[in-house]
Amino acid sequence: MSDFLHILDILRPYVAGIALLSGGVIVLIGASGVLRLPDFYTRLHAAGVTDTLGTLLVLLGLILLSGFTLLSGKLALVGLFLLLTSPAATHAVANAAHKAGLKPRLGTVKSQAPGEASGDPS
Amino acid sequence: MNGEFLTPIDAFTVIDLIFMSMLVVVGIAIVRLKDLFAVVMLSGVYSLVSAAWFVSLDAVDVAFTEAAVGAGISTVLMLGAMLLTARQAAPTKPARHWVALIVVCATGAALLYATVDMPSFGDPLSAPNAYIGLEYLKRTGPETGVPNVVSAVLASYRGYDTFGETTVILTAGLGVVLILGLGGPAIKRKKAPAKTKAAKANQSKILGAHHVVLRVISKLMIPVIIIYGAYVQFHGDFGPGGGFQAGLIIASAIILYALIYGIDAAKEAVPPSLVRLGAALGVLIYGGVGVINLLLGGNFLEYNILNPTHPAHGQELGIMFVEIGVLVTVASVMLIIFYGFTSRQPDIKDKDW
Repeated sequence: MSDFLHILDILRPYVAGIALLSGGVIVLIGASGVLRLPDFYTRLHAAGVTDTLGTLLVLLGLILLSGFTLLSGKLALVGLFLLLTSPAATHAVANAAHKAGLKPRLGTVKSQAPGEASGDPS
Repeated sequence: MNGEFLTPIDAFTVIDLIFMSMLVVVGIAIVRLKDLFAVVMLSGVYSLVSAAWFVSLDAVDVAFTEAAVGAGISTVLMLGAMLLTARQAAPTKPARHWVALIVVCATGAALLYATVDMPSFGDPLSAPNAYIGLEYLKRTGPETGVPNVVSAVLASYRGYDTFGETTVILTAGLGVVLILGLGGPAIKRKKAPAKTKAAKANQSKILGAHHVVLRVISKLMIPVIIIYGAYVQFHGDFGPGGGFQAGLIIASAIILYALIYGIDAAKEAVPPSLVRLGAALGVLIYGGVGVINLLLGGNFLEYNILNPTHPAHGQELGIMFVEIGVLVTVASVMLIIFYGFTSRQPDIKDKDW
């Protein structure tokens, strides 16, 4: 049993590294999505979804790195706070845009001028 | 002063440079944009990036204040102000302003010239690192018993300055009141008889259905935010925090309530008369601590006298009361400004956000 715990303790920094790295990659994917996707709602989707998962993975990595301490407890609280507020904020933004009458863009995306792609009235 | 010491180029310096270039980019974007909404949001981004930069410089107290003031409450207040005006800046004719260009170039050249005299970043022999900073670090522990040197310097060694700042905040609130009015119950009186009870219930039902996610989340969050404000207030002796940040956090919790449940509900929970009282009361508490010191035979804001056998305990007590005064004034003035802005509108309409 203690061997098993020992192995877990050795593995901990590696798991933390994987979580941090994948969190960073997911945030990067979200950023590229915000730049590349065609309309407001898809961009919001990229930002909201990846931000929640990415930051939570980063926080998970940090918790694993700091071990069972007060710091990791605070990080877990930050994670809980983000888990609640981040989707709510995304919802509020999407709701406001819908209320303001912004229609999502439907149909297939044709190749277009770059000025047109970013020119929605958000 | 400069010369021997060179700032080492390590990962932190690179991060600092990245943050500074982001600040420059955001600043240029703010100057060039005409959409006021985007400008307000970008100024919040500017504050958040500079807060991150302050963290990287190990100035967590300043970073905390910057995040709470710049990215938090001032963005909300600017949005409130924007509801009273247009969303676009007035179009200006494209022209060359030669005088302005000359002034900017001269000021920039003078600032660049002045940086030559500044010590290198992290120079151990520079004036703040060599004499006065060390002195504060050495004396704070025995003299005040407060582990966070920043709090001790702010509330005790520089107590006069902080008293001045608190008064400045009260004066700012008074200025807003003079321009925009007190945000009293005038609107409520106008609105109340026009609506029957059924219509009101119907409307609130629609509102509830519409914002149900936000209502649930904010109901969960507002108590936690206020508790966090109290933690920041009373933990300010040990870590970053204090009256200014705590006041902003508590004010923003109430502003969040007002945004989701409507201004009238917020005014019922925290009446404007209470807020007006609080703004003056905070300064009174701060000044009162000083006057008590005077009456006990000490100097103004000399907290040692509060506990003659244990001067350090007196310091702790004085710092705590003074910070409570700061908290009350800051939170109240923020709410005065918010009420002042929003009371000019009938209500915050759904489509406005």
